[in-house]
Amino acid sequence: MTTFLFFLPLILTNAVLGIYAERKISAFIQDRMGPMETGKFGILQTTADIVKLIQKEDIVPAAADWKLFKLAPVIIFTAVFSGFAVIPLSGAWDGAGLEIGVFYLLAIISLDVLGILMAGWGSNSKFSLFGALRSVAQIISYEVPLGLSVLCVVMITQSLDLQEISLSQGLQSPNAVYLFGVVKSMDVSQWGGVFAWNIVQAPLLIPVFVIFFIASLAECNRAPFDLPEAESELIAGYHTEYSGFRWAFFMLAEYGMMMLVSMLAAILFFGAWNTPLPNMGVVKLADWTTGAPGSFMSYIWGVFWLLSKALIGMFMHMWIRWTYPRLRIDQLMNLSWKYLTPASILLLLLCGIWRLWMIA
Amino acid sequence: MDIGIIHYIFAALVVLSVLGILVTRNLLYAAFLLVLTFLGVAGLFVLAQADFVAVTQLMIYIGGVLILLVFGIMLTNRVAGQPILTQLNRTVLGVLFSVALFASIVYLTQGFQTTEIVAAPHAIQRLGMAILTDYFILFEIVGVLLLVALVGAATIARFKGEGHG
Repeated sequence: MTTFLFFLPLILTNAVLGIYAERKISAFIQDRMGPMETGKFGILQTTADIVKLIQKEDIVPAAADWKLFKLAPVIIFTAVFSGFAVIPLSGAWDGAGLEIGVFYLLAIISLDVLGILMAGWGSNSKFSLFGALRSVAQIISYEVPLGLSVLCVVMITQSLDLQEISLSQGLQSPNAVYLFGVVKSMDVSQWGGVFAWNIVQAPLLIPVFVIFFIASLAECNRAPFDLPEAESELIAGYHTEYSGFRWAFFMLAEYGMMMLVSMLAAILFFGAWNTPLPNMGVVKLADWTTGAPGSFMSYIWGVFWLLSKALIGMFMHMWIRWTYPRLRIDQLMNLSWKYLTPASILLLLLCGIWRLWMIA
Repeated sequence: MDIGIIHYIFAALVVLSVLGILVTRNLLYAAFLLVLTFLGVAGLFVLAQADFVAVTQLMIYIGGVLILLVFGIMLTNRVAGQPILTQLNRTVLGVLFSVALFASIVYLTQGFQTTEIVAAPHAIQRLGMAILTDYFILFEIVGVLLLVALVGAATIARFKGEGHG
């Protein structure tokens, strides 16, 4: 229940370091240096940016609807932050422990659409409104494949509770774990590590993960799905009119959202807070890198593995952003409705068959 | 904090936001205040140990219905070029009807028996089993109904230009 004490500072530092990482990674991909002036290798660049943002005047355009304008960033950030409530950090350090964890998570992050609409409407600017309308159309469309791909995992693990999903992917799994789910002669329950991860336990989840990942990119409004803020067309989309600390809130929410979907991907597909290293004979790597259940080291290892996996996910988000060009709006809708949604429905059927034949 | 106090906070949220919807003339504000109402109702569901219903409320009403509502208001606003304001019509009749409705609800709830709220273990599993066994026909009929609505909406909204089908 106390995970928010960890997540609130995490979101703040994550935005600071995430923006720095984004600039360095984009620089590396484009064969530049990136920020180099402030501190060694420009490491203090984002800190300096934040100091500048806090000092800025809080400008509300004269023709804007100031109530909606001022409320919007708060709502977006609150929606993203409440999503973290159900994320478990280690075997003993659970989030809110809801029986319906994933369902709650998907519902609560859809609230940030409201904030985006408020921002777009409240700014009273054509660019903002276009950005908001695009963003909402996109998020609503991509919620369908996202929800269906999450449902595939739920079907295979037979639980909506994120902590139960995490537990079933490690040494503490209540069910027997077989190699790739199909090789019944090889019980790998004692191996743990990567062999217990959902994506290895049920390799059918690999295409499901691809769909989940594409849909989660769109949910974050990240390139190649960054139409809502497409800078070459809409200046900055729904946050065109924002400046200073309110604008910083949008950035905080964007990086928080990336963290959240990356953590969700780690929990659903890549073993949550479980170690990737398996036990091999006397070399008990999984036991060494997990810690005894409930001990202090198990907290440290749990947080370490979950964060590492989430950060790799965030790195992939950035990598894709700086590699692929932006989609056109009709391509975007085609991708969601004509390819991802039918594919995820088909995969849902296959996951059901898998569950009945392979596991039961 | 006592559960009772939280209950009244959520109830107050619902009542105040509904009053706000009644008072405000701006349709868009009314739509955003409706969010608060839904959130308050979801909170009440949580306090009644019905977390699945609460989250479904969030998902369907706020994530779906309300966003489409706001979307519609925004698009029509742009067409008209000015904010849509609601008007006060038939005040006396409206007050009469709402008082009558309120009185009948109060009268009906007098006969209700109150029980202690108990959290049901594995509520979600039992809900799923119930839907797919005892209430299967109803569940399927609702599904088909929604599909019909979807196909109907797509047919109405289809682009009718020549040669583009």
